[in-house]
Amino acid sequence: MKELVLDFFSFSDPNVRYVVFGSILLSVSSAIVGCFTFLKKKALVGDVISHAVLPGICLSFMISGTKDPFLLIIGAFITGWLSIVVMDYIIQNSKIKEDTATGLSLSVFFGLGILLLTYIQHSGNAAQSGLDSFLFGKAAALVGKDLVAFGIIAIAILVVVFFFYKEFKLLAFDSAFAKSTGIPVKRIELILSSITVMAVVTGIQAVGVVLMAAMLITPAAAARFWTDRLPYMLLFAAIIGAFSGLTGAFISYAAPAMPTGPWIVMVVSLIAVFSFFFAPKKGIVIRLVKQRKIQRRLLEENILKSLYKIGEINDDFELARNQAEITEMRRFTPNQLVSGLKRLRLQGFINKKNNLWSLTQEGYQKGQRVVRLHRLWELYLTKYLRIAPDHVHEDAENIEHVITPELEKKLEALLEYPEYDPHQTEIPYRQ
Amino acid sequence: MIKNVDNPALEIHDLTVSYDRKPVLWGVDLTVPVGSIAAIIGPNGAGKSTLIKSIMGLIELSSGYSKIFGEDLNDIRSRVSYVPQKESVDWDFPASVLDIVMMGRYAAIGLFKRPRKADKEAALLALDQVGMLAFKERQISQLSGGQQQRVFLARALTQQADIYFMDEPFAGVDAATEKTIIQLLKKLAAQGKTIIVVHHDLQSVTSYFDWVIMLNLRLVASGPTDEVFTTKLIEETYGGKLTLLSEVGELMKKEQFPAREK
Repeated sequence: MKELVLDFFSFSDPNVRYVVFGSILLSVSSAIVGCFTFLKKKALVGDVISHAVLPGICLSFMISGTKDPFLLIIGAFITGWLSIVVMDYIIQNSKIKEDTATGLSLSVFFGLGILLLTYIQHSGNAAQSGLDSFLFGKAAALVGKDLVAFGIIAIAILVVVFFFYKEFKLLAFDSAFAKSTGIPVKRIELILSSITVMAVVTGIQAVGVVLMAAMLITPAAAARFWTDRLPYMLLFAAIIGAFSGLTGAFISYAAPAMPTGPWIVMVVSLIAVFSFFFAPKKGIVIRLVKQRKIQRRLLEENILKSLYKIGEINDDFELARNQAEITEMRRFTPNQLVSGLKRLRLQGFINKKNNLWSLTQEGYQKGQRVVRLHRLWELYLTKYLRIAPDHVHEDAENIEHVITPELEKKLEALLEYPEYDPHQTEIPYRQ
Repeated sequence: MIKNVDNPALEIHDLTVSYDRKPVLWGVDLTVPVGSIAAIIGPNGAGKSTLIKSIMGLIELSSGYSKIFGEDLNDIRSRVSYVPQKESVDWDFPASVLDIVMMGRYAAIGLFKRPRKADKEAALLALDQVGMLAFKERQISQLSGGQQQRVFLARALTQQADIYFMDEPFAGVDAATEKTIIQLLKKLAAQGKTIIVVHHDLQSVTSYFDWVIMLNLRLVASGPTDEVFTTKLIEETYGGKLTLLSEVGELMKKEQFPAREK
């Protein structure tokens, strides 16, 4: 394994060099362009272009009779670009909505491409073999000439993004405002779609028509999870793209039966899935952990409140109670109650003796506070929102856990430290 | 009741706008004097936003033209500022408050150039004027509705324009923001700037605005608030659409008729 890694990263084999640098170049350039398509909510545009590129490649081959990458790229560029023009024209000049126009443009161009490809394959032209690799891509077959073409296009894309960065950003956020300030919105849109087409055209030779959309959008979607600033988003997307390009190339080198392009897409998708679950702030896992914490807190506060209320009814806060008494006060499932009680004991809010539970001084204060907030909130609702006293309980059950100490003080001051809640129950204050 | 002035800040001449051939504004003809704070009022679907958007060249006109300080919009863009409805953008965009406010300077900075220090200073000053300086690094998705509106206003201020078109700046904002905005608008008007605002709340028209444009598919009235903001004209504006006018519009859409004979 170690040898394999060393061999690969020495880049002494020119084939490895072509594949690695080709993959990285195309992944990075499509990732950066993809950020803007993603932010403009035009994720499917990449899909349209990549499918529309096929007829261009075929036509270019039929006219020139060679597989010169530069000639094929030109053909691909023309039809790819045409597909966006057609799509925009349909949206603007007919009643057809954007989603339909997208599907229409995609399928018509791709259908034409397949038609031409089939025709070429049956024409008996010996030079045609390998054209179908555009369908699914063939990064491992990249040669020096491809790499030069990729390099030029990637650099062109980066230069364009660098110079039009602020306009692209403004257009993605608020194009009506951009237009009102006199910025040539239409021309800049044209430039953006042109570099999108260019990114797709380069990428397609490695990952193919079908997977190309993923190369554009997935790095951007993944990067968005990790940052709230556009420059970092571009940077992260580029890094994710480069890493996927490199990893994809390595996997196909280490296991020769493995294709490069699909592996690049696999890696990029795995990163996106990982981000979706584990990104700080926005990841699902963090959100679940937060929710679980809240659920636990609700349970704990409700147990303390129940113990307090039992004490209130019997006018004895010292006496220890059993679980049945607590459940009588409020319905807890046995499992919930046991785990809640255990945690509260560890936190020092309750004591346990012979399977009986009693509040500690701190637990008493905490339970009392929840009861106090509940009753204050009920009073607030009846007084300020004019809600009938028999309708305020449910709402207060929830709000009693939300109110912060600052809000508590405000609430008390606003209601002038009332003695009774709307049900004429005494509101307990800290002694 | 349409009152016209000489040397207006805004002149609209015989403006007709159609969506899918159906006219949504018919032959609007009006002038607004320099230095006024004007409200465009009218019921939902009266064409208020459409009027502003067509002045800003965002919608194609079926007929007519508008002139700002006697000139075509394209010759005078740098003196004009537009504040779109805050709902028209996605606030979950990866940018800070300062980023957004700086966008007001982009056109003046020009293509291929980066914002300079002076542009940043202008943005900070504008943020200070709307009371949002403390929020300059805040991610925009964390702003309240009122704060979003202030950010849009700050962005417009950085344009240092002479005429401002604002689409519902008072919609969905808190009382404090509303107060900040109106004070700012009055300050701008005192400096001789003209402000034209799409407005919804009839209660505040007399205290906020000195000029009122009343729309309901057609122009009902345009003039000083104390002359045109009368019960009779309000009733005419809000008293339902002219049935015949709407029917003709629907017919034009159905038959795909042009708004003007060519």
